[in-house]
Amino acid sequence: MTISEPAAEETQHVRLHINSTTYDIDVPPRRLLSDALRHDVGLTGTHVGCEHGVCGACTILVDGKPMRSCLMFAVSAEDYELTTVEGLTNSDGTLGPVQQAFEECHGLQCGFCTPGFLTTITAGLRENPDPTIDEARDMIAGNLCRCTGYQNIVSAVTRAAEISRGEGKHAAEEGDNT
Amino acid sequence: MTTRMFGEPITRVEDDRFLRGEGRYTDDMMAGSLEAAVLRSPHAHARIIDIDVSPVLDIAGVHAVYTYDDLTGRMAEPLPLLIPHPALTNGRTQYALARDEVNYVGEAIAFVVADDRYIAEDAVGRIQVRYEFLQPVVGIEAARRAENLVHGDVPGNVAGRMVQSVGDAAAAIATAPHTLKLDLTVERSAATPLEGRGTVARWDPDLSRLEVWTSTQTASGVRAAIAAKLELDLGQVDVITPDVGGGFGVKIVHPWPEELLVPLAARALGRPVKFIEDRREHFISSAHERGQIHHVDVGFDDDGRILGLAVEFWHDNGAYTQYGLIVPIITSTQLLGPYKPPNYSVTFESLYTNTVMVTPYRGAGRPQGVFVMERTMDAIAASLGKDRTDVRMANFIQPEDFPYDQGLLFQDGRPLIYDSGDYQMLMDKARTLIGWSEFEQTRKKARKEGRRIGIGIACYVEGTGVGPYEGGHVHIETSGKVKVSTGLTTQGQGHQTVFAQIVADELGVPIGDVEVVTGDTRRSPYSVGTFASRSAIMGGSAIALATRKVRAKALRIAAEALEANVEDLEISDGIVRVKGAPDSSIALGTIAVLSNPLRYAFDEASQAATQFVVGDPNKPPVADDEEPGLEGTGFFSPLRCVFAGGIHAVIVETDPETAEIKILRYAVVHDCGNIINPRLVEGQIHGGVAQGVGGALYERMVYDEHGQLQNASFMDFLMPYVTEVPRGIELDHLETPSPLNPLGVKGVGEAGVIPVTAVFASAIEDAEGFPITSMPISPSELYELRLLNAKEGRTDEGTKE
Repeated sequence: MTISEPAAEETQHVRLHINSTTYDIDVPPRRLLSDALRHDVGLTGTHVGCEHGVCGACTILVDGKPMRSCLMFAVSAEDYELTTVEGLTNSDGTLGPVQQAFEECHGLQCGFCTPGFLTTITAGLRENPDPTIDEARDMIAGNLCRCTGYQNIVSAVTRAAEISRGEGKHAAEEGDNT
Repeated sequence: MTTRMFGEPITRVEDDRFLRGEGRYTDDMMAGSLEAAVLRSPHAHARIIDIDVSPVLDIAGVHAVYTYDDLTGRMAEPLPLLIPHPALTNGRTQYALARDEVNYVGEAIAFVVADDRYIAEDAVGRIQVRYEFLQPVVGIEAARRAENLVHGDVPGNVAGRMVQSVGDAAAAIATAPHTLKLDLTVERSAATPLEGRGTVARWDPDLSRLEVWTSTQTASGVRAAIAAKLELDLGQVDVITPDVGGGFGVKIVHPWPEELLVPLAARALGRPVKFIEDRREHFISSAHERGQIHHVDVGFDDDGRILGLAVEFWHDNGAYTQYGLIVPIITSTQLLGPYKPPNYSVTFESLYTNTVMVTPYRGAGRPQGVFVMERTMDAIAASLGKDRTDVRMANFIQPEDFPYDQGLLFQDGRPLIYDSGDYQMLMDKARTLIGWSEFEQTRKKARKEGRRIGIGIACYVEGTGVGPYEGGHVHIETSGKVKVSTGLTTQGQGHQTVFAQIVADELGVPIGDVEVVTGDTRRSPYSVGTFASRSAIMGGSAIALATRKVRAKALRIAAEALEANVEDLEISDGIVRVKGAPDSSIALGTIAVLSNPLRYAFDEASQAATQFVVGDPNKPPVADDEEPGLEGTGFFSPLRCVFAGGIHAVIVETDPETAEIKILRYAVVHDCGNIINPRLVEGQIHGGVAQGVGGALYERMVYDEHGQLQNASFMDFLMPYVTEVPRGIELDHLETPSPLNPLGVKGVGEAGVIPVTAVFASAIEDAEGFPITSMPISPSELYELRLLNAKEGRTDEGTKE
C-alpha cells in the first residue's frame, strides 16, 4: 500500500566545525552525529559498522580525542572541533603520515574500517609519538577489522610514527614489502 | 624497458581514495534517497494470523508499506533456489516477505519506505502482527529427533541426503589392523563483514530502466534475479557494484529480499530508495555457516596409513536452502585434503532448523572437513604412538601422482581431480618453519617453569577457481590509457591492482595507464561472481586472454603502419617499436586512432582518423573480418578447479589455572601457484588466519532453545580484535604452477582460514593430553574438560611422560 503524505520531523539548527570548515545543518535532535556527517554534511568517509560503539569504524576526533560518532548526537557536537578522515591529509593535499603508512604497509583491504583506524592512530601518535609494538597494538585494540588480521595495521602504526618523525624512506622505494 | 609487474609486491592502486575517505560504498551513493526498514520476525517459528499496518499510515514521512499481500506475479513466489541438486530433495526458500509462516527470528515480514531510516524504524515499530506460535527446532540434535518439523511438508527435517564413495570403506575398515571412531563437532559462526548488506535503486521513467547499486559478490547474478522477479527485460536492468566493505561469502547469496524490494519500491514511488542493513539485522537475517556434527570410522595399518575411512555428518542448513547443498558437498569432498585413502565413503544429511539460513562463509565447509580429517590423523598418531607429521606423510599424495583423481564428484559436478602440488615439500617447510623437531626440548623447558605448551599441525587443500567462466574486456583509448572491465566483483582483495599488473605485463604498458573496473553489468554483462577463491584464476585469466587479443590487433595495425613484420615488433612503455630500429615506432594511442576510421573530426586525434586521411581507398575502411576500435573481450572457462594447499602450525600455551589459551607462534606455508602480488597474498593469509582464530577460539552463534540469537551484536559475538590474533604470522611460500590456466595461478582468498580450527584443536590437545573433539573452545570449556578428564584419569602429565 502506498501513502502520499509529505511531512517533516521537527528539526534543530546545528553549526558543526569539521576539518576547519563550518557547516550549518538542520537535523532532528535524535540524528546521530555519524549520520549527520555522512548524509547531512556529505562527508561519507566516516563509516558506520555497528551503531553500538564497538567496531570503531565511525571514530572521529572531537577536539583531537577519538570518539565514536555513532554514540553522539549531532546536536551535541556544536561546540567542538571535529576531524574526520577527510581532514587527515597534509595541507598540500598529499596523504598524511598515517594514511601514507597504511598504503606502504598494506594496512587496509576493503577499506571500510580504515577511517576509524586512521583517526584513532592519528590521536594515538600525538599522545605517544614513538610507540613500541606493544603500545602500537594497544593503540588499535578498540577497533575491529575483518580483512587484514591486524598484522599490517600494527606495522602501519610504527611506520606512521617514523614518517611523522621524518625518518625512513618510502618502503616501496626500498622494495621492502614486509 | 617496462618492469615486469607479475610477481612484484607493488602497493595497491585502490588505496589512495580509501585513505582519503573517498571510497564509494552503497550507503555513500544517491544522497537524498528514501530509506527503508524491515519488520523482522521476533519469533523463530510461527504462523502469521494477520498484519495490521494501519497505525503506520498517519506517520509523517512514511511513503509506503509492503507486506506479502502487496506482492504480485513472480514477486509473490518464493525466492529462487540458486543451486538445485538431485540430492536436495526438499529444497525450500523464503518469500521476499513472509506469506503465512516465519521460520527464523529475523525473517522479513514488512518493508517500510520513509524519508529516512529513523522514521522507517518508527513505522516498523508500530506494525501489529498476530502470531500463532509453533514449536521451534533449534540445533542439529533437535532437527534429527524431528519431534517438531521446520517445514510441515519436509519429513525428518531432511532437506537432502547425499552419499559418495570410492572403493569399499566398510570392508577395508572391517579387515584393518587398527580402527578408531571419532565424534567431532563444529559450531556456527558467520562472515560478518564490517559493512553489512545494502542496496540502492533508481528507476528512470524516461528510459524505462532500473539502476541498482548493491553490496554484492555477484552483480550479474543480482541483475538476472531482479529482472526475473520484477518481470523486466534483462536489458532494462543495470547492476553496479560500488565499493564493498567485505564479503567473505555472505554477499554471494542473492537476491536478498531487500535486493528485490528496493527496486520494486523505487519503481513504484518514482524516487530512489535505499536499504542499509544494521548490525543486529546482519546477525539475524544474513547467512551463517559452519555448524556440523560428524562421525568418523577409520581403519589403518601399523604405519598409520588409512585403509578405509567412513564419515557420516549432519549439516545444519538453517531455515532455508537458497544456496543448495554446496557447503556440505564441499565438506564431504575437501575433507580428503592432501591424502589418498584408498577406500572412502561419506554420507551427509542437510537438516532444517528454525535459525538463520546457512550459506558459504570463507572456507565454505572446508574448515569442518579439515577439522575432521586432521583430528583423525592426530587420533591415529596417538593410538600408534607415532609422530603426527609421520602419519600425515604416510598418507600424502606424492608429486608423481598428479593429476590425482580422488574418484568423487566436486561441488561443480565435475571429477575431484587435483591438478598439481607438492605436499611433502610443504611439510618439510612447515616442520622447519615452526621448529617441529626441536619442540620436545621447548616443552620440557616450559614444563620446568610450570608452563603448559602444545604444538599443532594441520594440512589442507582447497579446490579454487570454480567455473563456469569469467570474462574480461580491454580497451585502449586514443590517449593510450587502457580501460579494463571484468564482471566479477571486488570486496577488498585488491583486484584492481593485480589485474592491472597482468595487463601491464601482457600489453607492455606502464601500470599507471591501466584502470580496472569490476562488477558493473553495463560494462561486463557476462560474469559469474567472486567466491571460491576464484577471481585471480578466472578474472585474471580472462583479462589476460582479452589483453592478448588486443595486443595482437595492435601489432597487426602497427605492422601495417610501420611497414614491418609483426614478429619484428615489441611493445614497451606503451610504444610499439621495430626491434633493433628504435626510431621506427608508434604509440598504442595512435594505433587506437588508426583502428577507428571516423567521418567526423572533433579533436586532433580524431582528425588523424577520418576516413579521408587513412586507409586504402580500394578497400572498406573497416575490413570484413575486423571491428573498429582497439579493444577485445576474452572469456576463460576452465576444465575444472585447481587445487591450492598448505599447512599451518601453531604453538599455544594453556594457563594451568584459568585455562586461557595463548598463541605463542603461528606459522603458515602455502602454495597458491604463481604469485601475482606477494604483498596482497600475505594480506589475504593474515586476514584468513585472524578469521580462523575467531572461529577456533571465540566466535559462535548462541541460540537459545526458543531460537533467539543471544549474541547478535559486536558486544557479544567475540570477533577478534588485535589482542586476540597472533603477534606475528610466520610465512613461507611454495609455487607449483597450475597447468589449467594461462597464468599458472591458484586461489588464495580462503586459504588462511581453512585449517585454523583444526590446528588449534591439535595444539590444545597436545598441551592438555586429552582429546579435543568440539570447536570453538573457550577457556571455561577447556576448564570443564580438564575436570572431566581428570575424573577419568586422562591428564597432560599422564599421557606425555
